[in-house]
Amino acid sequence: MVHDSGSRSFDLKAMLRDERFWKIAFQVITLLVVLLLLSFFLGNLNRNLIQQGRAFGFSFLRNPAGFSIGESLIQYRPNDPYWRALMVGLGNTLTLVVGGIVLTTVLGVVAGVASFSKNWLLQKLSRVYVGLVQNIPLLLQLFFWYFAIFGALPNPANQIGVLGLAFLNNRGVYIPWASSALLAILGIAATVGAAIAALFLWRWRTKIRIETGVGGQAQSIALAVVALAWLAIITLGMNWTVPEGVEGGGVTGGLRLSREYVASLTALVFYTSAFVAEIVRAGIQSVSKGQWEAARTLGLNAGMVMRLVVFPQALRVIIPPMNSQYMNLTKNSSLAFAIAFPEIYSIATTTYNQTGRPVEVFVVMMATYLTLCLLITVVMNQFNRSVQFKER
Amino acid sequence: MTSVTPDSLSSAPPEILALGPVAWAKKNLFSDWFNSLLTVVIVGILGWGIFRLASWALTVAQWQVIPNNFGLFMTGTFPSGLYARIWALLAVVCGLAGLSWGVLGRNVSILFSRSVLIGLGLVCAFIVLFPPTRPSSLKLLPMVALVAIAAAGGRQVGRKFPGIGKWVSLAWFLSYFVALWLIGGGLGLTPVSTNDWGGLVLTLFTAVSGIVLCFPLGLLLALGRRSALPVVRLLSTVYIELVRGVPLVAFLFMGQVMIPLFLPIGSRPDRILRAVIALALFSAAYLAENVRAGLQAVPRGQREAAMSLGLNTPTTLGLIILPQALKIAIPAIVGQFISLFQDTTLLSIVGLAELLGIGKSILANPAYLGRYAEVYLFLAVIYWFFCYAMSLASRKIEEKLNTEH
Repeated sequence: MVHDSGSRSFDLKAMLRDERFWKIAFQVITLLVVLLLLSFFLGNLNRNLIQQGRAFGFSFLRNPAGFSIGESLIQYRPNDPYWRALMVGLGNTLTLVVGGIVLTTVLGVVAGVASFSKNWLLQKLSRVYVGLVQNIPLLLQLFFWYFAIFGALPNPANQIGVLGLAFLNNRGVYIPWASSALLAILGIAATVGAAIAALFLWRWRTKIRIETGVGGQAQSIALAVVALAWLAIITLGMNWTVPEGVEGGGVTGGLRLSREYVASLTALVFYTSAFVAEIVRAGIQSVSKGQWEAARTLGLNAGMVMRLVVFPQALRVIIPPMNSQYMNLTKNSSLAFAIAFPEIYSIATTTYNQTGRPVEVFVVMMATYLTLCLLITVVMNQFNRSVQFKER
Repeated sequence: MTSVTPDSLSSAPPEILALGPVAWAKKNLFSDWFNSLLTVVIVGILGWGIFRLASWALTVAQWQVIPNNFGLFMTGTFPSGLYARIWALLAVVCGLAGLSWGVLGRNVSILFSRSVLIGLGLVCAFIVLFPPTRPSSLKLLPMVALVAIAAAGGRQVGRKFPGIGKWVSLAWFLSYFVALWLIGGGLGLTPVSTNDWGGLVLTLFTAVSGIVLCFPLGLLLALGRRSALPVVRLLSTVYIELVRGVPLVAFLFMGQVMIPLFLPIGSRPDRILRAVIALALFSAAYLAENVRAGLQAVPRGQREAAMSLGLNTPTTLGLIILPQALKIAIPAIVGQFISLFQDTTLLSIVGLAELLGIGKSILANPAYLGRYAEVYLFLAVIYWFFCYAMSLASRKIEEKLNTEH
């Protein structure tokens, strides 16, 4: 450029050749196209809604819902407002998701580790499970569990008792449970609290033993105390009620898990676990072979090698994809509506059918699932940070 | 731990021990008490399960529901007088599949090796022996022959004209429109209402359409998300994250309801078209993430080298970056396609009679009340076959691409 800076004559050709111009122009064009498309769609939406006589707004959520819901965690009566019905749905979704995540993690990790078992049968079993379950659609599996397995259980008159502790019939599964909801929450809180305390104590003990080479006795005792306290709360404090079969069919006491819930949970857990098992397998495989060999040389047995050396390292590879599996499980829980489990999607569809407000219902649903997924991501990221390499 | 003796230090490679069955079982099943316990427990549970399953399948199950409704499972309520068109479509697909097999495998000597021939023989035997396919075995056997002939022909042609691969891809692309024409009619054929599209044909059609439509959109979104231009990046990111946060079933259901609302008053696309659009818009967001991972794996130097050669951004992307990124992303993309194929089952929820939807409607027939296990097991086998074949193919492609390095 040898132009003097005073005479900035407009040079179209130079501008068209300039990459900076194109960078800005491309963005402006993209933005314009997106805005045009959006205004076209939203304009149509607006016109369509006006033609149907419905202005956009959420005030309908305060109208009475007028439908009953089969199962709910919170108090709900049919003339409660729509938002309360949606809360019931959210509660049911949460029971499904939380139960699903816990069981999926356990089953998935077991199946993933099993694929490294010395036992040929167990190893093959794990591979067959993954290859079978991953390649069959979840909805089909859900129908299979609901109609073909749990639907084929005998009717309440001929129900199956399991060791006198639980009952199975085609209306659901009956398990021992605390005598009141408050006690049940207490028990769950105690379990979670004890688990967290035990985790911290265990880490503290390991740290002391690594740094000083001895000790950890105090922590071991504390660990035992925590375990005893938890056992005491669980066995004595919960006031367990055991389901009892009634003459001529039916069950009193205990907790009834509806057939819809049990089938959804089973299908979700079996399906997602197969993916988790693959993630765990890939994670374990990513730990270099030398780590196994070094640990074996130190005299650790196979179980300890896995627990102390390989698995902690594999966790770094495992946790990020686990996040997306948990999110998939959350989103897939919406399929439970296909077998009439009243989770949030099912309640939302009923709401839409009654009020004819697709846009608002969709926004509510989108916001709910996005929030759930975001929560999972936040927790998992926190967890991920704790297993990363500590570089000093 | 074996102690090192001079003998074991000899440089000969260790002998490969062929274990006898007893030694093999001792090593793999009964190496210690825990292992033995596991074996016993697993054998017990598996044996009980297999015994129960077999006794159910042989005595209780009434498999008649499958052969009686085989036509429904395959094509839904497609008018039986027009079945010839479905057969023609199958012939086109078989011919093209054979051709691509021949063209792609022309340098692979196993094209008609013994195992492949045994496989073809097994397929023929299955067609003759499996009851539901028996009535049409006179039509299915020539299809198998067609695949073999097209493969042999493709091999010869491929040797003469090495550039034939491009034309085969083009033929696949055109066959999509031929399929549309054959299923739907029009242009000289009797039209078939989309209400009569169903069964496996509809499942495959929606899956393929979804794949075809979501691919370009997903590619654009991935490039947008990796773009250096902030506006483009923001728009792509928002789209991807919003879509990935919503369950597919909500997307499909609302797609059925809301797509007409977003279009000018009075326009109402066909039900199947709406479903395919929702499916494609949904999958594109996931595909974009897979492609993005591929893009991230391409070393920075590649772009810099291309730039220094004087290529501009579009040519750098098209000629240098994308081919490498897509190659890396193939397993993930195939995984996405498998899940898209499985996701078509959700169309049964919005009232389309694809494979699972047909299953539901057959089960609603009083004559087949309670035949859930039989129908669902049959459907599971079909889905498993297609999905497993896809994942197997992707693994083969992956291996093939790996050796090229």
